[in-house]
Amino acid sequence: MTDASAPSTPVAAPKAKSLLTQDDRTKRRNAAEKRFRAYGIAAITVGLLFLVSLLWAIVQNGTPAFTQTFVTLDIALLEEKLDKNGNRNIEDIKKVSTFGYSPLINDALIAATADIETEVEDGDLKKILSASAAAIVRDYVIENPDQIGETVEFRLLTSSRVDGYLKGRVTRADLARDKNLDAAHLDLIDAMVAAGAVEKVFNWDFILGADASESRPEQAGIGVSMLGSFFMMLVVLFLALPIGVAASIYLEEFAPQNKFTDLIEVNISNLAAVPSIVFGILGLAVFIQFAHLPQSAPLVGGLTLTLMTLPTIVISTRAALKAVPPSIRDAALGVGASKMQSVFHHVLPLAMPGILTGTIIGLAQALGETAPLLLIGMVGYIASNYPDGIASGFLDPNSAMPAQIYEWAKRADPAYYERAWGGIIVLLGFLLTMNIIAIILRRRFERRW
Amino acid sequence: MSNLLIIAIILALGVAGFIMGRGRALRSAGGDKRELHSLPIYYGANVALSALLPAAGLLAIWLIAQPFAINNAVSGLILDESIEETGTRDLVMADVRRVAEGLDRAVDTGAMDAEASFALNTDTDDVRDTLGSLGVALGSDVTPDTLAAAQRYRELSGTGNLFKTLAVIAAGLIGLGVTYLRTHKDFRARNTVENGVLLLLIGAACIAVLTTLGIVLSLIFNTIEFFRLYQASEFFLGTNWSPSFSGRGQTSALGILPLLWGTLYISFVALLVAVPLGLFAAIYLSEYASKGVRSVAKPLLEVLAGIPTIVYGLFALLTVGPLLVEAFGEGGLFGVSWMAGGTAVMTAGLVMGIMLIPFVSSLSDDIINAVPQAMRDGSYGLGATKSETVRQVILPAALPGIVGAVLLAASRAIGETMIVVLGAGAAARLSLNPFEAMTTVTAKIVSQLTGDSDFASPEALVAFALGITLFVITLGLNVFALYIVRKYREQYD
Repeated sequence: MTDASAPSTPVAAPKAKSLLTQDDRTKRRNAAEKRFRAYGIAAITVGLLFLVSLLWAIVQNGTPAFTQTFVTLDIALLEEKLDKNGNRNIEDIKKVSTFGYSPLINDALIAATADIETEVEDGDLKKILSASAAAIVRDYVIENPDQIGETVEFRLLTSSRVDGYLKGRVTRADLARDKNLDAAHLDLIDAMVAAGAVEKVFNWDFILGADASESRPEQAGIGVSMLGSFFMMLVVLFLALPIGVAASIYLEEFAPQNKFTDLIEVNISNLAAVPSIVFGILGLAVFIQFAHLPQSAPLVGGLTLTLMTLPTIVISTRAALKAVPPSIRDAALGVGASKMQSVFHHVLPLAMPGILTGTIIGLAQALGETAPLLLIGMVGYIASNYPDGIASGFLDPNSAMPAQIYEWAKRADPAYYERAWGGIIVLLGFLLTMNIIAIILRRRFERRW
Repeated sequence: MSNLLIIAIILALGVAGFIMGRGRALRSAGGDKRELHSLPIYYGANVALSALLPAAGLLAIWLIAQPFAINNAVSGLILDESIEETGTRDLVMADVRRVAEGLDRAVDTGAMDAEASFALNTDTDDVRDTLGSLGVALGSDVTPDTLAAAQRYRELSGTGNLFKTLAVIAAGLIGLGVTYLRTHKDFRARNTVENGVLLLLIGAACIAVLTTLGIVLSLIFNTIEFFRLYQASEFFLGTNWSPSFSGRGQTSALGILPLLWGTLYISFVALLVAVPLGLFAAIYLSEYASKGVRSVAKPLLEVLAGIPTIVYGLFALLTVGPLLVEAFGEGGLFGVSWMAGGTAVMTAGLVMGIMLIPFVSSLSDDIINAVPQAMRDGSYGLGATKSETVRQVILPAALPGIVGAVLLAASRAIGETMIVVLGAGAAARLSLNPFEAMTTVTAKIVSQLTGDSDFASPEALVAFALGITLFVITLGLNVFALYIVRKYREQYD
């Protein structure tokens, strides 16, 4: 429209507005459009925010578990206390219980804090140490009886409250209600930190060590339950992979279209959706109640998780087999291979990257699963011993990483919560590694036809 | 002979069979491979498989059957008095087994010679102390009939083991011998081997059916046992859940309704969080987002699905619960005191909702993407905006699929265990307040069965009745959801 033409057409009343300006209805519609879009963005942002806050909570609460406070003490291993006969007879030395060692440690503490002015009474000094200190010194002496009579430098765990104070978890206000430690101890600790006798170092014992009793959170580690998880995963890998692949090959390549095949397929897709706790009930009833396999054993856990993982592996393996084009099979059959040969010599190797990816994802799922393990008794057990060998690794009672985390989360001491979060970091580390391996496998070896 | 050794012998037979079979086939063809019907390895594999499979199968069956046979034979020896003393026949049998194993171990380690172990007498020897010193702890003193049963048990399992070893090795040798003699250059070895492999494949595929069967049978048998001790009508219609922990004497009320209510309430809260968020995320990702945003946001959201549930449980217990108390608790941010403790329906529901977001979003994403582009184009052509197209064309077309996705998510929520065990509390109550602690079917299965090896009391057996209820509900929801999804997909394919 030009300006010139406007006056020349006076006939049509300019009721309709210009196309260049929006009428109210269009504005409303466009606003609704923008709102709708914003809802979508908001939904994704909220979802991602949840993810970030979850990860933040894990990192924030879990990283302190990887450091631990130690006191360095020079302990005089007095001969008259530890080996009264003086003949270094190991049986005699073993007779001295941890109570015999406590005075030595206390003396060392008194000596170490001699320069520091403190209100703490001498008898109360040992409260800054972990209850495990005497046992550690005793184990050392039993292993090195020739050191009796010398003064040896030990690095001993502090109690969980001292550790918590240095990590900021325990405040002075909390201690008002605490009968184990009071503010004077904390002043002493501050002075010892300044003197360099107390230090926070990386806590290998948390990653490699064993669980500890309820009153010694500073000593607890996830190492033994990690081995339990490892043996379980071995069982899952060596049972679920071959059985899953065999079942998928049959269903994908050989099975005729009939009722029986339908039955199997329906079963597999339903099993994939059965709640994991039901598999726990199955494991309890079949492997423990019926077959009398040992309770809490990684073997039983592995068998239960195998049944749980099988549908996942079957579904992904079938997808991988389906992705191999029929021309490969036809070519193999064309040069005289049998059906079985075409599958095992040609289709299966080509589908292998997809199968492995699916298996790793299934294993990762099994590694993080907790509920079935609760039922077959892999909790409530203090995993304090490493398995002696491969057979005992499968058959002796053990815990598993997620079960251990659950166990820690249930304990009353907040120091155990820190361990639980730390355990989650370790667990997620494994899951992340497995998933990255799966992604790399897929990227590197997957062929698009 | 230990089972490991038997397995090693079978494996050795297999290897020997492979070499022998291959050799015999080649010899019968005068060393010329071309004369053979099949490749030489098939002749070897044929002999090896026929040595391995029957022996391994026999071993497996024997291992399952022998304990039953022995248990049945031995349990007749136990007197009724000792059953009354200990509680149930199962418990006495457990004692019998422990005594028998302890005595066997004593003989193995050389603490006792075999004759002395069989000559033990409860009047003159303290069997409990003897075994205790060997690291076998017994709950009560050994009664004469328990000891007699244990000795019978040892005798029977000794003979059983001997026969097992002989039978398994004989089966291996017979299989090996027969097929070895049949091996000849015209023998169709490849076809035989392939049939055997096919049987193995079918067997593997049947494990899925066996698993389902195992689940159903173990649930049904134990549930029937439970209903013998406890009235079914009281279980399904009871509004009171208070199991007595002492086991005997006190009667416990085991009504499922409060648990079902808690389960459904928590799942409802979870869906209230997950469905709008998941659905809007899916719509945005499939209709609006650029390729770059989609390739980043979708995998990130799916990370939420890959995180183990124990992590969510801990997050609920230690982070979300305290936060909610700070907001809705006494002296909290909103000045209301609705919430007494960190564990509540709200805590568990919220966290479970977070877990379900990717579940809803990726399923709905697939379904929205399956709506044909022509329908969108038609709507745009009539002048509809994008959001109008989504609301009036795409969503109605995708509705059955989305309903299916929500139902699948609901079945996930109902079966979820760790979040509710840690986040929802332990008190079973029928209440409308979402800030109160409630408990669910799954959480009670865990608390009734954890660390319990005695399945005789109704307090333990109720877990199986809860399990079958859970199984039926989730299976029903799944079958229904998959039916809807499949029916819908077929429309546009």
